[in-house]
Amino acid sequence: MKKYLALILTAAMTLALAGCGAEGESAGDEKSEGVMTYEEYAAAELETEVVVETYVQAKQSWWEDKATVYTQDKDGAYFLYDMACSESDYEKLTPGTKIKVTGYKSEWAGEVEIIDATFEIEDGSYIAEAMDVTDLLGSDELIDHQNKFVSFKDMTVEDAGDGAAFLYSWDGSGSDGDDLYFNVSKDGQTYTFTVESYLCDNTTEVYNAVKNLQVGDTVDMEGFLYWYEGVNPHITSVTVK
Amino acid sequence: MAAIIMTASFLTGCHGSKGLAAFQMPETFDASGEYEITFWAKNDTNKTQTEIYEQAITDFEQIYPNIHVNLRLYTNYGDIYNDVITNISTNTTPNVCITYPDHIATYLTGVNVVVPLDTLFADERYGLGGSQLAYDGVNREDIIEPFLEECVIDEQHYALPFMRSTEACYVNRTYVEKLGYTLPETLTWDFVWEVSEAALAADADGNYLVNGQTVMIPFIYKSTDNMMIQMLKQKNAGYASETGDILLFNDTTRQLLATIAGHGQSKAFSTFKISSYPANFLNAGQCIFAVDSTAGATWMGTDAPLSDISEDKVVDFETAVMTVPQFDTENPQMISQGPSVCIFNKADAQEVLASWLFAQYLLTNDVQIAYAETEGYLPVTKQAQNAAAYQDYLSRSGEDNNLYYEVKIQASRLLLDNIDNTFVTPVFNGSASLRDAAGQLVETTVKSVRRGETVDDAYLDQLFADVTSLYRLDQGSAAAAGKADLGPLPQTAKRLLITLGVVWVLILGFAVWEHRK
Repeated sequence: MKKYLALILTAAMTLALAGCGAEGESAGDEKSEGVMTYEEYAAAELETEVVVETYVQAKQSWWEDKATVYTQDKDGAYFLYDMACSESDYEKLTPGTKIKVTGYKSEWAGEVEIIDATFEIEDGSYIAEAMDVTDLLGSDELIDHQNKFVSFKDMTVEDAGDGAAFLYSWDGSGSDGDDLYFNVSKDGQTYTFTVESYLCDNTTEVYNAVKNLQVGDTVDMEGFLYWYEGVNPHITSVTVK
Repeated sequence: MAAIIMTASFLTGCHGSKGLAAFQMPETFDASGEYEITFWAKNDTNKTQTEIYEQAITDFEQIYPNIHVNLRLYTNYGDIYNDVITNISTNTTPNVCITYPDHIATYLTGVNVVVPLDTLFADERYGLGGSQLAYDGVNREDIIEPFLEECVIDEQHYALPFMRSTEACYVNRTYVEKLGYTLPETLTWDFVWEVSEAALAADADGNYLVNGQTVMIPFIYKSTDNMMIQMLKQKNAGYASETGDILLFNDTTRQLLATIAGHGQSKAFSTFKISSYPANFLNAGQCIFAVDSTAGATWMGTDAPLSDISEDKVVDFETAVMTVPQFDTENPQMISQGPSVCIFNKADAQEVLASWLFAQYLLTNDVQIAYAETEGYLPVTKQAQNAAAYQDYLSRSGEDNNLYYEVKIQASRLLLDNIDNTFVTPVFNGSASLRDAAGQLVETTVKSVRRGETVDDAYLDQLFADVTSLYRLDQGSAAAAGKADLGPLPQTAKRLLITLGVVWVLILGFAVWEHRK
């Protein structure tokens, strides 16, 4: 009996360790035949077909068989906009899932993305650790990390308008459930960050954390380095210090 | 016997699937009852519009203290449409809703979901200009007739117009003249295409000569469905018949797409979906012809009060507000669009009447004038259009870059001067899908040529087939059209089918039992 128990425990521990191994580590992902490296993807012209292997980091939305997904491999990130996806496949796109994506590289308001894409799920898993880009804010280098999962440290919450720490929609024209916009500063420069309601709706911790911010708070944040006419991170966590 | 009882009970359960009973006008409004109604409203991501809705609700609740209006805000019609569709199945539609007639046509596939308004219009007590209204309501003849007619579906009014707009072409006149052209009195497609191609001249480093930048998309269209619809109308070509026959896929459409493809390939032309908001490019000096709604006028121009781009990117230029390009300048044609208001049916007729009282209130002068001044809208009533306050507003164009922003008031005047040149497309179940299909033809064609594909007859044959299939425009009748998934069977239907199965098993079991007896 003890032998069986030891065998079962060993097997369980091995499986558990294998499961943990993928998280936070380098994916070590050899690209399959015909698949671009991130470097090749970054160099590809807009409007050309691209094929990448990448890992789901977060999902924004699904509607009428189209999914919008934040993905990343060990070298860079890929924003997949309105990718063809059934509702049942969307459920399979959990964080870490490896997918092979074929689509077109495109740019919309400064955001480089893959559109008109299809995908297939492959074996493998990788979840990126947040890269601290606080010191890159305001620099030309920041855009090189577009769409990555990133963090910002020790930023100060600024007035978003009329003394409020945040606004529903960009100018306060929205209501609960809409995107939240808030301003944070570092070294005298102020930036607008967003809680994208399709990514993090009003039931999420980050949405409610931002609603409770006060002007002057010092915060650490994580999120995806989205672009809209300039840097416009989609924040997924906020910690008031 | 058990089977009969079970069947009867399930069938009773199915009764609800027939929908609500048709609304019957109550004898009088019950001022002693408390009514809570929801109002789903759309704003153009414009805080002032939100404040006007809130003020209208506050003022209305003072007049009717027993009616409480809960406002839910949206920033696009598509989200309202999707949410209404979702809520019809659970009988949780809002009471009052900003919407498009195209969308109402889909809502009407449910039984007694939307309240027909003709009886309400005509009611002497609570109808338009009714004697029992607690405010100075508008008379039916005060509503601009073409705007009211846009709310007719199957010979019934299902909505009130709330605001009206059209599309305008916001032109960087400075760059047009720098390129050696003079703007004509009325823009033509030929002129826009020619200037757009000329604007692509660049130096050896890839900097465009006209703006000295590395980005220039001379012509950007926001709503390509409107683009195709207006082009076809101007060409007197088919789009849809009044009875819902789909005429979009015709030779004129092919010719138009071939022309668009040429300018998409050269990158003289792009769209909102492909590139981004026309206003952002226009204001950065990276676009010369930006077509967008007159309700987007506050975003257009060097001094635009609203902007998504940083101040350092905005360039100085003179903005001309012109009608959309035309094929026949003697007979200009442009779309009429803008929000309308519909009322959803409820089990309590008093609640519906409360909704109607609020919907009508939105047509009163204070609401109409205030809202129209937020963008290049027109009030929908003669009373508001002729009001001294509104006339004063129009006369003060350019006094500042906020309330009296010149581009915005010019956009309103453009529609005011062209009401007789506006048109709407036929409304039927499926017309919303057909509209999407019209835009999709343009979007797909432009994307294809940007990716190096050739647009020829074979390409267009395939495109027509693909778009027809995508929007289910080939399913026998227009009424069957629509891209939305019909979804799983309703619970009541599932229960009925299961019950029928159970009954058959019981019948067979009973027969076997009888046979063995």
